[in-house]
Amino acid sequence: MSPARRFDAIVIGAGIVGAACARALARDGCSVLVLEAGCAGGGTTAAGMGHLVVMDDSAEQLALTALSCKLWRELAPTLSSAVEFDACGTIWVAEDSAQMDAVAGKQRVYREHGIEADMLSAAQLAILEPNLRAGLAGGLRVPGDAVVYPPRAALSLLADAMAHGAVLREGCRVDEILDGAVRSGGELFESTAIVNAAGAEAARLTPELPIVPRKGHLAITDRYPGFCRHQLVELGYLTSAHVMTSESVAFNVQPRSTSQVLIGSSRELVGWDNTTNRRVLRQMLDRALHFMPALADVSIVRTWTGFRPATTDKLPLIGLWTSTAGLWIAAGHEGLGITSSLGTARLLADLIAGRTPPIDAAPYSPMRLTHHVRTTS
Amino acid sequence: MSSLGVTIIEADVLVIGGGPAGIAATVRATEASARVVLLDESPQVGGQIWRHRTREGLPASARTWLKRLDASGARIMRETSVVDVRDDGDALTITAERNGVPVIVHARAIVLATGARERFVPFPGWTLPGVIGVGAAQALLKAGLSFAGKRVVIAGSGPLLLPVASSLRAAGAHVLLVAEQASRRQVARFALGLLTRPATLVQAARYRTSFMGTPYRLGEWVSAARGDSSVREVDITNGTSTRVIECDVLCAAVGLVPNVELAQLLGCAISEGAVVTDDGLRTSRAGVYCAGETTGIGGVELAIVEGALAGVSASRRETDARLVARRAALRMTAARMERTFAPRAELRALAKRDTVVCRCEDVTLGAIDPNWSMRKAKLYTRAGMGPCQGRVCGAALEFLYGWPADTVRLPSAPALVSTLTADSSSANQGA
Amino acid sequence: MTTRAPDSEGDRRVTIVVDGRPVEVAAGISVAAALMENGVHAFRRSVTGAARGPLCGMGVCHECRVTIAGIAHRRACLITVSNGMEIVTAEGGAP
Repeated sequence: MSPARRFDAIVIGAGIVGAACARALARDGCSVLVLEAGCAGGGTTAAGMGHLVVMDDSAEQLALTALSCKLWRELAPTLSSAVEFDACGTIWVAEDSAQMDAVAGKQRVYREHGIEADMLSAAQLAILEPNLRAGLAGGLRVPGDAVVYPPRAALSLLADAMAHGAVLREGCRVDEILDGAVRSGGELFESTAIVNAAGAEAARLTPELPIVPRKGHLAITDRYPGFCRHQLVELGYLTSAHVMTSESVAFNVQPRSTSQVLIGSSRELVGWDNTTNRRVLRQMLDRALHFMPALADVSIVRTWTGFRPATTDKLPLIGLWTSTAGLWIAAGHEGLGITSSLGTARLLADLIAGRTPPIDAAPYSPMRLTHHVRTTS
Repeated sequence: MSSLGVTIIEADVLVIGGGPAGIAATVRATEASARVVLLDESPQVGGQIWRHRTREGLPASARTWLKRLDASGARIMRETSVVDVRDDGDALTITAERNGVPVIVHARAIVLATGARERFVPFPGWTLPGVIGVGAAQALLKAGLSFAGKRVVIAGSGPLLLPVASSLRAAGAHVLLVAEQASRRQVARFALGLLTRPATLVQAARYRTSFMGTPYRLGEWVSAARGDSSVREVDITNGTSTRVIECDVLCAAVGLVPNVELAQLLGCAISEGAVVTDDGLRTSRAGVYCAGETTGIGGVELAIVEGALAGVSASRRETDARLVARRAALRMTAARMERTFAPRAELRALAKRDTVVCRCEDVTLGAIDPNWSMRKAKLYTRAGMGPCQGRVCGAALEFLYGWPADTVRLPSAPALVSTLTADSSSANQGA
Repeated sequence: MTTRAPDSEGDRRVTIVVDGRPVEVAAGISVAAALMENGVHAFRRSVTGAARGPLCGMGVCHECRVTIAGIAHRRACLITVSNGMEIVTAEGGAP
């Protein structure tokens, strides 16, 4: 084995979360090494939709996503056009009056947290998004939400990290995390701050982490300028995302800056089987047709699958992992990794530097679920 | 469109692709299998080489095979694009789209006869309207485009150039030049070998003489095209000197590459860009056979032999030893041909930093780092992620940078949402 | 529906509508051939706005995409003209 090399911080994983952490640490003046098994932004990041969206499944989720979206908006003017930051906003679509009541509640919660959110009547919704079907009850427009092209967003954050001295090693699989060091093949790298940001694969390196791969399908269309203008999400999306059933689909479409329409979403717990599940893909597209019948004559150019790093309580794992010296976790973001990457990096860098984070970091501590894991495994 | 329902077909043998290989496979399969289905994308079967609107102009062998196909009793579905193929365990299933309506076929065996496409090597100006492929010119001519009075330059490689020049001339085009990129030395060495194959030689000579008056230049290629709304002039070079030729149409493509995407989706073994088959044209996946250019570029004679062999195998009969021997001999000639007409290294230097490489996404050469992989190029620039799904730029980048093709994603050709949501149960409701 | 085989199209003509303009073309030819015959160069506009027309002629490259009968992104080289067929190219505002 060659002699160990020492860095102030080692980030494992160059997905969007690892990239954001590397950037924050490098900007703090740390010497940072980023180790990526594949290519930067090539894992779950490449497979994701790329939404920057405030979610209110829990108060903690809302706090982290709201902080993250604010950080993205601040960063946006500095991003290159290749990142395709598009402040398209989100419309939560309500199908009936019961869902409209839920929309009103959602609006209250958002406003309490200083997040702009406007109720839309059925008529207003139809004007904003004419390709939605008739007969919907209305919706909630969240204008501060946006979308990015995730692989380029990750590259952009990495480029900033590297401009601040970070070193990126691609095709470099970490075999083992030791106390104060990581081993990759015949190489040993030492650091007092090792960040496991390996996303869905984080539990391969830190087996006690309560992260499971949650498979999703996506489909993207040819170019249809103006087909939809906002990210559209059915109100039932949070239920689909929240309940850890073996299989669910929800309507979620997104306009891309390329005029393509990105169609999601599905959730399955099937381990690491990445093959297309035709039945689930069909259900997902059927769900989209239910809300947007005009999609029937739209041409799909590609579909793919990916794995969300899911935790049992739907919150990411951010903070110190006390079982291994110097190990920090920044993983388990499920479907919100692109959104939460900047907030996660902010929290992690503050914790490592001993600063007080802008929001309470305790709810995201990776140690919170370890008791649960021990009793169920 | 989704209200029109779904067509569901049960087949013993499903043949995908209606060129010579697919036609021969269909005809031979019907001798022993009751339900044989042939799917083809075009309005008429025949593939590229036997593409036609009326049969009068076709060679005798093509007319014979088409007559045999007519009499075979096979169900032929034209204008049908396959968008998904999968192994369901008890059957192989394909989803296709025909005039916007989904078609689902369950089959015991599938013969992939998906042929080949042209290899386009990017050069400045290749995206101008009026710059088309060499086979493309033939295809458009047969699809009804008039070339009468048009000034045409043909620049490419291999045995396709001369027949295309000949038919364009017959259609009234002024074929100003046929430029073969392979060197005189390479071609001469190959021609010597042809003495063992007199039929091919005679055919080549006939083409040669039929367009006397058109210069046929070896070791020359197109290095740039210019124009406004369409191509107006092209640069032809031999590597040392370059001259400008004014034209209305430039036909430029360098050989062919097999269409292996459906085989990839099924998980068939692929080697050097072609589907791996045994003497019975079986692929590495049970029930999946492959014939013709998809197993390696080899020409119409070989495609017929392979199609016949695949049709026999797919209907569970003994392989014909004479055909197997014939296939082996033709394969040897084909391999020599591929070596002779391989694209020359100079073609790698034609594209400039601002030359578009991926036409679907307008990705320029300069946007792609030569140290990347095809996967990185896709992720970081969207090259290969447009509607052609990398069929054009993938082959180009493989030639330019040696990158192997990335994984194939569904659908294998762009498909309507209504097609991808079709399934057998919705057919029962609709039918 | 015609009962004649495609072999006997002969000199039959059909009228198609290209970007709102009626055009008479030979029956049985492809939409791609029909458009090129009528001087259409820009079947579609590329991502950066460049004019594009057929490249491969055989359904592979998708450069000849036009809107046919209201359905966008159809491959003109694979579809045969029919009487009354409405075609919209980039010049007519097709995506």
